[in-house]
Amino acid sequence: MVEHTAAATHAVVTLDVALPGIVWGWMITLNMWAKSIATGAILVGFYLLKKYGERVEGIKTLMPVVAFIFLNIFLLFTLLDLHHPERMINIFLHPHFTSAITVGAWLATILTGIIFAMAAGRVLSKLNDELYGKLLNAAFIFAIPVTLYTATIMGEAAARELWQTPTELMQMALAAFIGGSAIYLILGVGDRNVKRDLAIVLAVSASLSFIVYMGEYYFGAMKAEEVAATIAFVKSGGEYHTMFWIGQYLGYIIPVALVVLGLKNRSQSLLALASILALAGLWIAKHVWLVIPQLLNLS
Amino acid sequence: MKLGFLVDLGLCMGCKGCEVSCKVENDVPIGMWRLRVKYVDVGTFPEAKRTFTPLRCNHCENAPCERICPVSALHYLDNGIVNVDKERCIGCAGCVMACPYGAIYIDPETNSADKCTYCAHRIAGGMMPACVVACPVEANIFGDLDDPASSISRYIMEHQGNVKVRKPEKNTQPKHFYVGGGEVNLNPLASERVEGFSLFNNITHLKNIGGH
Repeated sequence: MVEHTAAATHAVVTLDVALPGIVWGWMITLNMWAKSIATGAILVGFYLLKKYGERVEGIKTLMPVVAFIFLNIFLLFTLLDLHHPERMINIFLHPHFTSAITVGAWLATILTGIIFAMAAGRVLSKLNDELYGKLLNAAFIFAIPVTLYTATIMGEAAARELWQTPTELMQMALAAFIGGSAIYLILGVGDRNVKRDLAIVLAVSASLSFIVYMGEYYFGAMKAEEVAATIAFVKSGGEYHTMFWIGQYLGYIIPVALVVLGLKNRSQSLLALASILALAGLWIAKHVWLVIPQLLNLS
Repeated sequence: MKLGFLVDLGLCMGCKGCEVSCKVENDVPIGMWRLRVKYVDVGTFPEAKRTFTPLRCNHCENAPCERICPVSALHYLDNGIVNVDKERCIGCAGCVMACPYGAIYIDPETNSADKCTYCAHRIAGGMMPACVVACPVEANIFGDLDDPASSISRYIMEHQGNVKVRKPEKNTQPKHFYVGGGEVNLNPLASERVEGFSLFNNITHLKNIGGH
């Protein structure tokens, strides 16, 4: 009986310093979101070019242009989030390769260079098919680690991260497939078969993402006590609880339903709507998951 | 040489002399801290007691902040201290995200990461850290863990079984030890933090960490 008397057993902090607020905020979310779209455009574009060839000729130009735009959004907000953006050059002058930030910055820079060459070459008609093919293969290879490396940054940010790194790697890959398929659907690329492929990629990726999130949400307690405490706080209606679920519905559940309806009714507008909601929801879901663990008191 | 720190919580009386001396010695900005003394009250009156816990960087042998820093601004000195090169720091805050002890902050004046360095500049000049000098009851014990005759090594040996580190499960191998520390002292989840209430102020969270 007495052991349940909170006042007798609980300890209360009565004097301490103010705790820091959110360290990595919306700019990091935007950075991850834009990177998912950029690398997704490359990965999905690679698949479409290999499968459909001349039927999706337009992607040869569209893919590097879209990827270049979103890679630059990603790089811009990476830079803007630094407290000393003018010292970004130190990553290349004084690299520390145990840091996933360093490895990622180097890989993303190389990928941006390849994509720039592809985009400029196609726009200026200075690129033959053989060279384009080689650059495409290189872009595909580099897009994979560039998609995934943020998961390892979060893994190294061990104090304020909810994800288990292996799960987050999967989540990053799926985010890229959502981003890539959605952007091509919005732009209306290809004929009916191409759109069907894109819609299936979008729906399957969104479904798997939802499953991954649910796995973390409901089984995350089987991790460190700090993670368990954070999850318990959110589940009990704490801060970001509503936003978490808005992200899950907008980003994953509703788009899957709309894709099923869109395919059944052969409706391009429903597929476009599903894509827009998926991209909006993806941002929200990523943002919530980024900031929740930062609510935790570490000391 | 491997420098380490030990606090005997049985001696600490919460005077905050160490905290103030650290602020002055290192010119720590308002709202930030390298060393703080946390008060936690346990029980109900008249069976209540107050605990005092000085908290600072643990100078981990396997430091997550050093590992994640993309430009080696956080780096090891030969004596084991995890030091900060504020001129090289790019302000990515990766170290703030990585430190499991919440011991690193972004200095709002320099926009660079900063934290306790065990007063590396004083040690280089043959002096003890400012907090050690300021402590009126010698609760702070500082020295070379590699030297079995040092005061910290002897203190650890004399108090075997009662020496703890914070969050050992993180495998960071802290070089900051506590004697007499209980769950309430060392585990932030073991005490309730009532929003908007404390003895002398009602600020519980900073709205920003500087810079942005």
